[in-house]
Amino acid sequence: MRPVAVAAFAQTTHTGHDTGLSEPELILPVIRAVREQSGLTEFGFTCSGSCDYLAGAPFSFVSALDALGAWPPIQESHVEMDAAFALYEAWVRLQHGDVDSALVYGFGKSSMGDLREIMTLQLDPYYLAPLGLDQLSYAGLQGCAVSSTTADIARRSWESAQTNPYALKLPEPVETAPITDGAAAIVLVAGDLLRERTNLAYINGIAHRIDPHYPGMRDLARSASAAAAATAAGVGEGPVDVAELHVQFAHEETILAEALGLSVDTVINPSGGPLAANPVMATGLIRIGEAAARVMDGTATRAVAHATSGPCLQHNLVAVLSRES
Amino acid sequence: MGNRCAVIGVGQTHYTTRRRDVSMAGLVREAALRALEDAGLTFADIDAVVVGKAPDLFEGVMMPEAYLADALGAAGKPMTRVHTAGSVGGSTALVGASLIQGGVHDRVLVVAYEKQSESNATWALTTHLPFTSSLVVGAGGYFAPHIREYMRRSGAPGHIGTLVAVKDRLNALKNPYAHLRIPGIDRAMVESTPMLWEPIRYLETCPSSDGACAIVLSSERAVTGTPAWVHGGAMRSEPIFRAGRDTVSPQAGTDCAADVYRQAGVTDPRRDLDVAEVYVPFSWYEPMWLENLGFCGVNEGWKLTEAGATALDGDIPWNASGGVLSSNPIGASGLIRFAEAALQVRGMAGDHQVEGAGKALGHAYGGGAQFFAMWIVGAEKP
Repeated sequence: MRPVAVAAFAQTTHTGHDTGLSEPELILPVIRAVREQSGLTEFGFTCSGSCDYLAGAPFSFVSALDALGAWPPIQESHVEMDAAFALYEAWVRLQHGDVDSALVYGFGKSSMGDLREIMTLQLDPYYLAPLGLDQLSYAGLQGCAVSSTTADIARRSWESAQTNPYALKLPEPVETAPITDGAAAIVLVAGDLLRERTNLAYINGIAHRIDPHYPGMRDLARSASAAAAATAAGVGEGPVDVAELHVQFAHEETILAEALGLSVDTVINPSGGPLAANPVMATGLIRIGEAAARVMDGTATRAVAHATSGPCLQHNLVAVLSRES
Repeated sequence: MGNRCAVIGVGQTHYTTRRRDVSMAGLVREAALRALEDAGLTFADIDAVVVGKAPDLFEGVMMPEAYLADALGAAGKPMTRVHTAGSVGGSTALVGASLIQGGVHDRVLVVAYEKQSESNATWALTTHLPFTSSLVVGAGGYFAPHIREYMRRSGAPGHIGTLVAVKDRLNALKNPYAHLRIPGIDRAMVESTPMLWEPIRYLETCPSSDGACAIVLSSERAVTGTPAWVHGGAMRSEPIFRAGRDTVSPQAGTDCAADVYRQAGVTDPRRDLDVAEVYVPFSWYEPMWLENLGFCGVNEGWKLTEAGATALDGDIPWNASGGVLSSNPIGASGLIRFAEAALQVRGMAGDHQVEGAGKALGHAYGGGAQFFAMWIVGAEKP
C-alpha cells in the first residue's frame, strides 16, 4: 500500500457539560490547530464523522463546512460513524495516488441529550430496541460475560488521565466513560508531503471488521471482529509499546487486549482513554491521534490504536503506527 | 483515480409509498440479492459493504449499519455508513468505488435505501428548532426561492417545469421499478394539481418512497458478467452559509462536473455523453442543472427542455428511468441515478434503454444544493 502518515493531531479540552459552543465553534479551533501543525491550509480530501442523534436534528455535519471555510468547494465526504472510520476512508482515498493530504475530524456533544437512551436507537428497531435496553444495560450484559478486574482498569485510566490536559477532571476513577463534549482533527499526508516532514507517525496497517448485530449471535466474552481487524492490520508483526483502545466500559479493555493479542508489556491508554474523556464520534479518532502522538514524541516505537462502533463492541477498527513507513 | 473499477451488478426494489411487507433489513437485502444475482455472485464473494442513507431521523434508527450487518452478509467484513445529505446515494457509490480504486478490495457491495413510510420526511427535514428558527417547510420550501430566482434570471416561461414533470413521468411508464406510474400524464393533469411552493405544483415534486438500490463493484481482475466501467468520479462540497454563494448554480456543482469530465475525457457533455441520470427532485432543477453541468450556456437550459432535447428520443436524454420525480427513496435516490447510468451502458435498461448508450452520467446533490457527487460510466474500458 502507499505510505500514509499522521502529520498533525489536535483535540479540544473536553468538558463534561455543554459550554454553549455550537458544533462549528467546537471544531474551529482544532481545525486551525492541525492546519498550523501541518503547515497545510488546503487538503486533497476531507472526511468527517458525526451523529445527528446527538444533536437531535438532521444534518449535523452540514454547518461544520462553514467552520472549515470550504471555499472554493472541496472534495469532501462524511460518515455517520466515529471519525476513526472517516480516517479509514481518507486513508483509502490517499491510496489512489492523485492527492497527498487529507483532513479528518469528528465532533459530538453528548451532553445535549440522554446518551444512554439515545444509544438504544441503534439496536434492531423491531426485535431489540423495543426491549428498552439502554447503553449501560447492554454493556452490562457483556460485562457479565467476561471476568475482568474493572476497578484496576478504572484506577489506572484515572491515574493516567492526571497528566492529560485534555481529559475531564474526574474526582475519582470510573468504570463507565463519562458524558463528554468535544472534537478532534487529524491531518494525513502521503507522497511528496512525507518527504518534506520529519516528525510523522506512519500508518503501517489499518483495517476494520463488523460482527453480527444480535448479542445472542456472538460470544460476548470475545471480539472476533477486533481480532480479525488486528490480524489484518498486522498488530502481531512486532512488539506494541502503547495501545490506545476505545474502552467505553472498563471490562471492554480485557476483551480488546485479548483480541488484539497485547502483551503485559504494552501500556494501555496512557492518555486515560475514553474513561477519562469520551466525546462520542471523536473518541475513536482521538485514539489514533494519541497513538500517533506517542510515536511522534518518541515514547513509543510502535503503537496500536483501536476504535469501535455498535453495541457491545460490534464493529472494530485497528491501526498500527510507527516512525517507519 | 487509481485502479480500474466496474459495476457488475445492479439490484433495485420496486419503489412505492409503503413497503409494509418487509423490514428495513428485508428491504436492503432484497436489493442486495438482486444485485448479486445480476453479477452471478453471492455474499461470500463480497469483500466489504458500504451503506448509504439520508438522515437517521427518517426511520428513527441511529447508525443503522450496525443492525443491517447481518442482512447484508457483512459479518466478518468491513462495513461503512456514508451520509452526505441528498447526495448520499452518489457518495456511497464513490466511497465503494474508492475501495477498489485504492487497491484495498476486489469486490464491494454498495447499498442505499430509505423507508420513508417509517416517518414523515418533510418534518424530519424541517430543521432546526430549537437551535435556529426555520422559515421553510420541507425541501420544497427551501428550494422554491432558488427556482424563482432562476426563472427571473433566465426569463424561462412558466410551463417549463410542467414539461419536465410530464417527460419524466412518461419515462417512468417504461420503468417497472418506478414509483409514480401515471397513465395519461399530460400538462393539463400537472397544471391541475395544487400549488405547494410557488412555482412548484404537486406533480412537479418527487414522491416519498420506500425502496433500496444496490450495486456490486469490481476490480478489473474480478469482473463477472457485463461491466459498466467507471471513467471518473468526483465529490464537491461548499458551505451553506457562505455569503455570495450562488444557490441557483452552485460552484461545487460546476467544479464537480469539470473534475469528472476531465477524468472521463468529456469536453462537450451534450455531445460526448449519451444519457444522463441527474438528481431532479423538483421539475425546474432540470433546466437549472443543464446549465450548471455545462450541457448548454447560462440561461439556455430551459430551451433544451422545451425543444425536447432531454426526452427519451432527444439528442441527450435526461432521466430515462423517470428520475427522482418518479421514485424517491431519498437516501437511495442518488445511487439509483448512478445505477441507472450503469444499466444504460450495459444495455440492460429495458424499455427505457437509450439505444447504443456508450457513456452515461450519474449525478446527485444534497443539503442546500451544496453537496455534489457524480460519476461517468462507459461500456468501454477507460
